[in-house]
Amino acid sequence: MTLNVKQIRKDFPILERETQPGVRVTYLDSTATSQKPTQVIEAMNDYYRRSNANIHRGVHTLAEEATSMYEGAREKIAKFINASSAREIIYTRNTTESINLVAYSWARANLKAGDLVILTEMEHHSNLVPWHMLQTERGIELDFIPVTENGLLDLETYKTLLDRRPKLVSFTHMSNVLGTVNPAAEIIRLAHEAGAIVLVDGAQSVPHLTVDVQALDADFYAFSAHKMCGPTGIGALYGKSPLLEAMPPFLGGGDMIKEVKLRSFRANTLPHKFEAGTPAIAEAVGFGAAVDYLSAIGMDKIAAHEHEITEYALDRLEEIPGVKLFGPPADKKGGVAAFTLEGVHPHDVAQILDRDGIAVRAGHHCAQPLHEKFGIPATSRASFYLYNTKEEVDLLVNGIYKVKEMFS
Amino acid sequence: MDDLYREVIIEHYKNPSYRGKLDPHDISFADNNPLCGDHIQIDLRVDDSGVVTDALFDGHGCAISQASADLLMESIIGKPLEEVKKLNKDSVLELLGIELGPVRLKCALLSLKVLKAGVYGLGEASDSLVE
Ligand SMILES: Cc1ncc(COP(=O)(O)O)c(C=O)c1O
Repeated sequence: MTLNVKQIRKDFPILERETQPGVRVTYLDSTATSQKPTQVIEAMNDYYRRSNANIHRGVHTLAEEATSMYEGAREKIAKFINASSAREIIYTRNTTESINLVAYSWARANLKAGDLVILTEMEHHSNLVPWHMLQTERGIELDFIPVTENGLLDLETYKTLLDRRPKLVSFTHMSNVLGTVNPAAEIIRLAHEAGAIVLVDGAQSVPHLTVDVQALDADFYAFSAHKMCGPTGIGALYGKSPLLEAMPPFLGGGDMIKEVKLRSFRANTLPHKFEAGTPAIAEAVGFGAAVDYLSAIGMDKIAAHEHEITEYALDRLEEIPGVKLFGPPADKKGGVAAFTLEGVHPHDVAQILDRDGIAVRAGHHCAQPLHEKFGIPATSRASFYLYNTKEEVDLLVNGIYKVKEMFS
Repeated sequence: MDDLYREVIIEHYKNPSYRGKLDPHDISFADNNPLCGDHIQIDLRVDDSGVVTDALFDGHGCAISQASADLLMESIIGKPLEEVKKLNKDSVLELLGIELGPVRLKCALLSLKVLKAGVYGLGEASDSLVE
């Protein structure tokens, strides 16, 4: 039942890359963006070589083909997260744009001054700033589910926040720093009982876990292709169709209309209503191929493999004197290990590891308030995906010992 | 091991000579590197003829940003502000004696940006100050 990682690695040509002569890359930065398998790269190339045309309005063969590839990918994505229909999948550029779509369209139509939006202290900037902007523009109020010392959401405080009848609860399914997998179903159920609509930031969960939006009962669910073996430039917003139907359009222009008069327009039906202009067609095809790729392997197997690597990595990192890990234990988190090394700034850690081809990220990972909460400006972060191995964890650990030596 | 972590850089990072705050001071300014949250404050004392008589930096960041701040403070003491205004990217790279990629260059130049924003009395340390 375990993954054949050796075989999987062959699908990712970049993993053979040397960053300097004789130094092969050890890619531990999939939380920022994943690498892309040949299957995805080739699907996009084939699209450009064989089928490229603008979609929807053409009747010629190429346009028909391009349209069905674009829409076919939408069907695959819908199935991948178990949406009840492909009409509920809106293509966007990424998670950030998906969240902004909700903030611009749904929130501007439904929130007024004084209305409460609940977020959490572990949000990525993409699920903070759109709401800050609405706070300035509309006078909405924001409150936050606290993060406990061990990196979990404080659900008792959440329950008391719900007494204030929020209109929206928006939270990340999985933290990109702590790795915490939040109890999404419970958070959503409680929000619904309090009468709130729920938006889930699925940027980290869709790539790594089995996500079923219907079982979760999420109202909106946002994610990016590039973190799940797909290309950059495309993401998706899932929304329950009655909500999407009732929302005003987001961007105006071609494709999103049913009819245009000189002084007025009628919006198109779902999902096209929210997709103005020529979209990222090749990227949609690549997104579909990424979903095919992950499905063929099996998300449960991928999650199990990542769990094994993460558990091993946390154990090994913990042994290193001066290393401090952030986030919950392995059984409550995905494949992320954020840490600090005493006396050495995370940038220096990352830079020195890079000399051995080890790619980790350093900084606040677009979660500045979370770092402030833990009283640190930055962390180093290693993250794991289906193609990572325990040997790569060993390289990381040896690399950290080298860093310590240089700064001793 | 490599140039980037030359001994002098590690030494200035671990044992800076110009770390601290000046009270009173004539010029004080602080800003962040938005990429990584590194923070630098610079305090200066300037005499009547416009010459820097004292300079200290404070804050946190990587070895490159802290070492370059320390070296920069050392280099401006005794210099007229008019000369400080002329410092640019190359002056800092010369002090460090290394070459840097685009990301780490931001770390190295943070202290100069903060210094020049303070000297010019600007509200923000922008990239255009060091180009
Ligand atoms: C939890 C989380 N939310 C949102 C985002 C933003 O994703 P994107 O940059 O693809 O819009 C990220 C990516 O780093 C993330 O990790």
